[in-house]
Formats: sequence, C-alpha cells, structure tokens
Amino acid sequence: MIKSQSNEISLEALRLGDQAEFARLVDAYSGPIYRLGLRMLGNEQDAEDVLQNTFLSTLTHISGFEGRSSLSTWLYRIAANEALMLIRRRKPEVNLDDFGPGDSENDVTTLQFVDWSGLPESELLSEEGRKLLDQAIQSLPEALRMVFVLRDIEGVSIRETAEALGLTETNVKTRLLRARLNLREKLSTYYSERFIR
Amino acid sequence: MTNHSHLNCAALLGSISDYIDGELDPELCRELEKHLAGCENCRVVLNTTKRTIDLVHPSISQAALPDDVRERLFKRLNLEDYVKIRSE
Repeated sequence: MIKSQSNEISLEALRLGDQAEFARLVDAYSGPIYRLGLRMLGNEQDAEDVLQNTFLSTLTHISGFEGRSSLSTWLYRIAANEALMLIRRRKPEVNLDDFGPGDSENDVTTLQFVDWSGLPESELLSEEGRKLLDQAIQSLPEALRMVFVLRDIEGVSIRETAEALGLTETNVKTRLLRARLNLREKLSTYYSERFIR
Repeated sequence: MTNHSHLNCAALLGSISDYIDGELDPELCRELEKHLAGCENCRVVLNTTKRTIDLVHPSISQAALPDDVRERLFKRLNLEDYVKIRSE
C-alpha cells in the first residue's frame, strides 16, 4: 500500500520538473511497481524493465497529467500497460482477455472441500509452502493475475483497480472471484496432501 | 437448515468474493449466511478462500525493491543526486 506517501507528493512540483519531488515519487511507488512486474512477468530482469519504463513514461507525461484520476491510479495504469506490453512481446500467443480453461465468467469450479484454514501460518508458509504459493499465483491466467496482484497483493481498491485497468468494477469483481477460487483450489490440493489425512 | 438445496451452492459461491470484501447486497448477504449455516462444503470454501487471501499479504513485505535495482533506476532517470536519500 502506498497511499499515505502519495498523498504528500506535490503534483504541482512534479509538473514543474522538481527532481527532488520526482525522486520521492519514485521511492514511494517503485516497490509496488517492481512487485507488479515480478508477479506479471515472473523474472527480475523483466520486472526491472517494467519499473524503468513506467517511470520514464511518467517523467515524459507528468506535465500533461490533469489529475482526473489519482496519481497512484495513473501510475498503476502506466505500469499495468508496460507489463502487458512486455507480456505480449514475450508471449505473443497469450490472449490477455482469457480467463483460462473453462473461459466463462460464471464457470467457477470448486472441487476441494478440505478445511485447511486452521493450520498454523508456520506450516502454510514454510519455505516449500511459500514457493508453492508463488507458483500458484504465477500460474493464474494473465487477465486474472493482474487483478489479483493489484487488489489482493497490493491492496488497491476495486474502483482504483477498475480505473487503472480500464475495466468495469463488475469485471474486476468477476476476475477477482475467479482468481481467488483458482488459487484456493491449488492451495487446497497442496495443503490437504501434506497436512491433512 | 437440514433441507437446504445444494443446487444453490454454485450460485451462492459466485458471491463469496463480494461477501469477503463486505460488498454484498444485504439481502444476498443474509441468503448466503443462511446457506452457509447448513452447508459445510460452502463453509470450507469460504474459510479457505479467506485464508488464501490472508496468506498473500505477508508475502509482499518480503519483496522490497533491491538496492541495486533502485540505483539503476535512479541512474536511468538522471536522479543520481538523490540516490543516497531514500524517502520513508
């Protein structure tokens, strides 16, 4: 979450080319944007490209930014576009509107009914568990992953996520539901095999 | 609660994400809670979905921006003069 810092950043100073203010902007937002790049592209080099391209684009366009959306929404929009452009370049076969297998907005499959929610965090987030969680997030179709990363990992609101991605709030909620249930299924398979008889 | 229909499960599970986020219409909310009271499978899906969301939060704090990535970023943006000043 980055809002507490973004509120203190002066858009006026940024528009006037104040370098110190731009450096503060970069420090406030670079962590979340780098993480978004990592989650979407899956490797550090591509995440760094997303990060650099996002701020280069910000620098170029800040004087024309009218403030119709918040600064954070605007930055997330640029970062999301940079990440999606890189995905298109890396994996041209990927359809960024696909929700994955069973590509229907109403098709939510739940097959695992083992309740692992009471297991201690030390077991759920062991080194192996953490690795699995990362892999499971990485395996989400891009269209779902982008929404999940913004909303559930970075804590961006539904409204802001919708604005940043050019989606309706209903679209965001649908994708979020599918992403969460998809991830839940994968984690359920893993945890029930390991910790529950 | 014993005579509820599992035909509703898929439809109601379509609302659990909104329910978790506190965005569900109050009437649907009551309907979902009534269903949950009598459907163990749906309770499991709700509990494990909530836990799934909880689990991704702690994992984010570990992925802070590495110093070398920050340095290269500041250099690329011609902000070398500010690289030693890290804003809190």
